[in-house]
Amino acid sequence: MALWKPDPSFYPSPRQAVEAPPEKLAYLAAFDRSAEKPDAIAVLDTDPDSDRYGQVVGWTDLPYTGDELHHFGWNACSSALCPYAPHPHVERRYLVVPGLRSSRIYVLDTKADPRQPEIVKVLEAEELAKHAGYSRPHTVHCGPEGIYVSALGGANGDDGPGGIALLDHTSFEVRGQWEIDRGPQYLAYDAWWHLGHDTLVTSEWGTPSMIEDGLVGELLLGRKYGHALHFWDLRKRRHLQRVDLGDQYQMPLELRPAHDPTKDYGFVGVVVSVEDLSASIWLWHRDKGKEWQVTKVIDIPAEPADPALLPPILQPFGAVPPLVTDIDLTVDDKTLYVSAWGTGELLQYDVSDPFKPVKTGSVRIGGIVGRTPHPAAPDQPLRGGPQMVEISRDGRRVYVTNSLYGSWDDQFYPEGVGAWAVKLDADPAGGIALDERFFPNGDDFRGRRVHQVRLQGGDASSDSYCYP
Amino acid sequence: MTGWQWLALAGLGAFHGLNPGMGWLFAVAIGLQERSLSDDSGSATSGAAPRPRAVAALLRALPPIAAGHAASVLVVAGLVGVFQSVLATRLVAIGGGAVLVGFGLWRALSQRHFRWAGMRLSAAQLVSWSFLMSSVHGAGLMLLPVLVAGPTPAGGHHHGAAAAGASLWTGLGATTVHTVAMVAVAGAVALVVYEVVGLRILRTAWVNLDRVWAYALVGAGVATIATAVTS
Repeated sequence: MALWKPDPSFYPSPRQAVEAPPEKLAYLAAFDRSAEKPDAIAVLDTDPDSDRYGQVVGWTDLPYTGDELHHFGWNACSSALCPYAPHPHVERRYLVVPGLRSSRIYVLDTKADPRQPEIVKVLEAEELAKHAGYSRPHTVHCGPEGIYVSALGGANGDDGPGGIALLDHTSFEVRGQWEIDRGPQYLAYDAWWHLGHDTLVTSEWGTPSMIEDGLVGELLLGRKYGHALHFWDLRKRRHLQRVDLGDQYQMPLELRPAHDPTKDYGFVGVVVSVEDLSASIWLWHRDKGKEWQVTKVIDIPAEPADPALLPPILQPFGAVPPLVTDIDLTVDDKTLYVSAWGTGELLQYDVSDPFKPVKTGSVRIGGIVGRTPHPAAPDQPLRGGPQMVEISRDGRRVYVTNSLYGSWDDQFYPEGVGAWAVKLDADPAGGIALDERFFPNGDDFRGRRVHQVRLQGGDASSDSYCYP
Repeated sequence: MTGWQWLALAGLGAFHGLNPGMGWLFAVAIGLQERSLSDDSGSATSGAAPRPRAVAALLRALPPIAAGHAASVLVVAGLVGVFQSVLATRLVAIGGGAVLVGFGLWRALSQRHFRWAGMRLSAAQLVSWSFLMSSVHGAGLMLLPVLVAGPTPAGGHHHGAAAAGASLWTGLGATTVHTVAMVAVAGAVALVVYEVVGLRILRTAWVNLDRVWAYALVGAGVATIATAVTS
């Protein structure tokens, strides 16, 4: 039912969104790698004044097994205030939760009891296949005129192309395939946009056959995973331009466009360079109205290591790749967080000048060799590393979880990746520090691994804005 | 058309102008966008330059918005005029009223919005955006009770083509009065929001006009039919 006043979690501009009140709850995707128990949405208490702060305070099991929950998103966000398709009286209350392996999409209602979201709709894989021609739904974004769901695979036995399915805002039915002209685009991963420039950007990972059973060494060394960005006309839904990073830069994944809708730049993280195992962050940008370009702005080198300490997949190299698997940009576009899942490091950069990032902070936790413990449990070595990273709207709090993707977890952390979520406090002047009171881990997650975090009321990678 | 009818047309124009979905919000967004762009490129010049340019961009958005709205209203006003000249006013009123009630109910229940629009529209695209926005909101239909209330322009359906021509002129007049009021209010609201109160106001003052609007349509339809039946 529509509201009389706009949903209070919608903000016209990012400048106003940074004034939003702190989140009280966080939602986590939790999945069972063995596919014996159902996946779940776990709810964490993020209110420091609560006596259950940092604990799992809610849990919703899904009705099936083997979904492999991964990313998810809100049904509506600040883009509902956009002037060309205004509908500010919808509520931010539903989580749209795809199963990356099953291709099912769940809709959970958080309104009645925010700690026990209720499943209100299940879209079967056939729906997505029939109406959009896709499978393996991945990232969810609330758009001004519908819910965008990027998907990695094709349907009806086709491995690709992957692309974007559009869901109806209110009924959550699959409205169809978003692309009218996909040009040379075949591989898919993330998708986000510059609303002020009617531009959509997509990145590339691989098709289901390239990823579902783990990272394929021959494909990686053969430079077959994605290495390009695609720019699209958001209104006409047509491919405009493919920008190749160079085929040594394998897997440009998470896209973080500037939140300021008048700006036309953004950051993308590259998992690994096959030349030296380094990871990198690239900036996409353009001169007024001209072609899009990319510039590498951060290089993170691999760290030499004793092969005896490495998993088989890395032993031939004698080094730990940083494996930048997620990045996140604060709502004010000033700070970029980078997860190095291999080396177990979360890095903080001042990107006030996007062409010249300045490293302002770093925290080690987990890691293939380091296994750095959390200060709350200094004797407990941690596997996995900082992976999904989410930032509060005011930029003061950063939440991190440790699983990448079931089969890939097993390759890089063969002794078990474990399950943990941590929170860091960010100093506005630069610097980050782990919050010792916030360390749900292990059995707290009931045998599941934890992936994306979404914050109640919105976060840095949920909302987009039409006003500067 | 009597004096109160003209007044009512203008009043409804003001009501439409107030609705953020009818265009003033878009004008504000265009102004803000222009200001940011000027801020970026114009830092070498004086800080005062971007503001007038942005206000000019905001004001430039108003004529296309008005044109689209007028076109949408004119369709209804023209149809009423033509039908009135060949049919009994009462029939037009009852038929039109029924359409209104149905449309109002549809508006109250439906939550669709169209998908092709974006932030960077040309003037022509802005005209069609405004036309579609006004049409799907039933802006013209809301004028029905006023349009069918008075005596028919050329004394009923006896004079055929001449009467139709005259009623078209009345329709044009009605559209003009309505649109001038609409765009004056929309422009004033856009300027006040842009220059004085700021976008923050959206978070608190943007009441669900779509719902008010839908009920207004249903009410107008019922009133039209009731008046026609009892007169």
